[in-house]
Amino acid sequence: MEAIVLQLLSGLDGGSAYALIALGLTLIFGTLGVVNFAHGALFMIGSFCTVVLQRILSSSYTIIDESQKDFLGNPLKVQVPYMQDWFGEAASASIIDWSVPLAIIFAIPVMLVIGIVMERGLIKHFYKRPHADQILVTFGLAIVLQEIIKYFFGANPIPAPAPDAFKGSFDFGQLLGFEANRIIYPYWRLVYFGFAALIITGVFAFLQFTTFGMVVRAGMADRETVGLLGIDIDKRFTMMFGLAAVVAGLAGVMYTPINSPNYHMGMDFLVISFVVVVVGGMGSLPGAVLAGFVLGILQSFASMREVIEFLPGINQVVIYLAAIVILLTRPRGLLGKRGVMED
Amino acid sequence: MSKSNFTRRGLLKTSAVAGGAALAAPRFFSPSWADGHAGYLNAPQGDTVTLGFNVPQSGPYADEGADELRAYELAVEHLNGGGDGGMMNTFSSKELKGNGILGKKVEYVTGDTQTKPDAARASAKSMIEKDGAIMITGGSSSGVAVAVQALCQEAGIIFMAGLTHSNDTTGKDKKANGFRHFFNSYMSGAALAPILGANYGTDRKAYHLTADYNWGYTTEEAVRTSTEAMGWETVAAVKTPLAQTDFKDYVAPVLQSGADVLVLNHYGGNMVNSLTSAVQFGLREAQANGQDFQIVVPLYSRLMAKGAGENVKGIFGSTNWHWSLTDEGSKAFVKSFGEKYGFPPSQAAHTCYVQTLLYADAAERAGTFNPCGIGEALEGFEFDGMGNGPTLYRAEDHQCFKDVLVVKGKENPTSEFDLLEIVEVTPAAQVTYDASIFGGELGTCNPGA
Repeated sequence: MEAIVLQLLSGLDGGSAYALIALGLTLIFGTLGVVNFAHGALFMIGSFCTVVLQRILSSSYTIIDESQKDFLGNPLKVQVPYMQDWFGEAASASIIDWSVPLAIIFAIPVMLVIGIVMERGLIKHFYKRPHADQILVTFGLAIVLQEIIKYFFGANPIPAPAPDAFKGSFDFGQLLGFEANRIIYPYWRLVYFGFAALIITGVFAFLQFTTFGMVVRAGMADRETVGLLGIDIDKRFTMMFGLAAVVAGLAGVMYTPINSPNYHMGMDFLVISFVVVVVGGMGSLPGAVLAGFVLGILQSFASMREVIEFLPGINQVVIYLAAIVILLTRPRGLLGKRGVMED
Repeated sequence: MSKSNFTRRGLLKTSAVAGGAALAAPRFFSPSWADGHAGYLNAPQGDTVTLGFNVPQSGPYADEGADELRAYELAVEHLNGGGDGGMMNTFSSKELKGNGILGKKVEYVTGDTQTKPDAARASAKSMIEKDGAIMITGGSSSGVAVAVQALCQEAGIIFMAGLTHSNDTTGKDKKANGFRHFFNSYMSGAALAPILGANYGTDRKAYHLTADYNWGYTTEEAVRTSTEAMGWETVAAVKTPLAQTDFKDYVAPVLQSGADVLVLNHYGGNMVNSLTSAVQFGLREAQANGQDFQIVVPLYSRLMAKGAGENVKGIFGSTNWHWSLTDEGSKAFVKSFGEKYGFPPSQAAHTCYVQTLLYADAAERAGTFNPCGIGEALEGFEFDGMGNGPTLYRAEDHQCFKDVLVVKGKENPTSEFDLLEIVEVTPAAQVTYDASIFGGELGTCNPGA
């Protein structure tokens, strides 16, 4: 029982990352009809927004400390953060400690601009081209973006820890009446799950309850008619691309304490996220979220030691097996609609 | 300084045997590449000799590869008489004079292994075929090292392995043309076990997470064997895919398993991510079986420790070399490297630099670039002054035997480089084993012509 609760938590945690990335992918596909293989790169860039902010907050000047020696035996060059001079040691350490949550504020405008520039500068030229062309160009763009990041930040992961307040784990076992230390789960992963739920709810609320969202939904249903009503739907769809980039970027920002940012992390999520989109139903936002959590939970249970011992490697293929079964029984995916990608 | 055991008669005998074997063996490389006059492949014709540095320049180990390349460039500079000479001044053999190798100026070409065996073989093949490289060296992965070593054996080129830690490289997959200075999984296990026993006791239950490839298997086996021998029990050993990035599903059940030690047989990004997951799940603060829960990382690298950040604090592991060593050889290398590049070298850089100098010295002592002559000069060669104390290049398996460092993540680092502290220098005798235990056959050296 304890193992099941633990794997369920793990599945919800993993599913929240899948759901967030798939949500952004579906937003882009549903509005612009573009299959965006650079979406994983947006997630990766989001995580590097944290690194950049960390470096900005830690930017420092050098003083020579004669009392200490460096590795060559020369007087040690000590870096003193500017923040320390401005706010004092304790306050500056506290600000740097909270750099991951603070990076949310930093990442929103950055990702919005990147998304809009990407859409206006490149993607829009491929709207009328076949999906294969879109895949090729966006995949190429993803590789370019990750090589740029590698050039500036190197290939090694860069640690970006959670604030001290969120270090450690929560003992669910004691809460549920089990023995202590049997079902523990890291605070930050619970925060990530809550954050994902908040973003998903926010996106749905935005589309459901705002005029902008209503126009976008109308455009997704019948782009031509909305255009005939004198509404510049292209402009709104560009904004939706920006919004999708922000969602992917924020998913990346909050993911940094879970896995240290590295240039390749977007690619690690990309293929699975596309499977999530297809299983959820192409263009269906609720489908993407549902599929993200369902596949995350399935993968978590398939990773149990008892399951792997019985079926070695099953954890690596279970998502694809589930996708095959779901698509055979429901060809449009879990919540897919008639007419989408069925020309 | 030990005396070279290379003799002209020995070279002729080995060449004759190798020549016969080469004729009998299927030829992968076209005979047109071979230099018929010299009797071996890619014999240098002019006043230069070309070495091939095959390192990961892209992919997950690109930073490690970049550090290896820096070390190779430094070694070439020193061999050609530039810089301060580095370890050439402390090396017990005094054959290297700063006038290249055998009077020929050293040049080099580089290849990108991408940390993929196929790509690594392709780049090594290109350097041998197109650039006329007389020796191939490099790598940051055992899978790559084993693949390139086999290619070099087939081609008739010496392979001086870079960072490769699997027992297989000089065990079941050893080759007569391949030589490894870096330590291996067995040595890590043998060096770590007594320290783990002394610090954590002998009544422990270990849970292994193991990277699913040859290095992971041999490391798990080595640590299991050495810790079980002192009384530890292994409660589970789970293979994790090399491409795994989030280890939550593997770490979450550890506390429920009854284990009180987690051994992470992971390297590179795998190590950074699995250790991060383990720390997030509170394993460092947890209690199990009435004891503090512990984490062990058998193979440490400073570059990876940097990626893992403060998560490495207090965690034991082993390493081949560390820049904070105070012997003359290490100090000379750190000074040369540090002044040229502005930061201390990694263990990958150290082993690559040493391998280049050892190759050059062997060529000088043998008086030839013939792989069989160089092989014979390296076999059984004893040396000192290269940062690891007295070292033996064992003839039976072409593995170096030297002291092994047991290290611990530093609690209060003073700089971004000061991440590991040396806990113990385990004597070479304690990590030496019988060459036959891992199987494999060296075969005979192949001069490629």
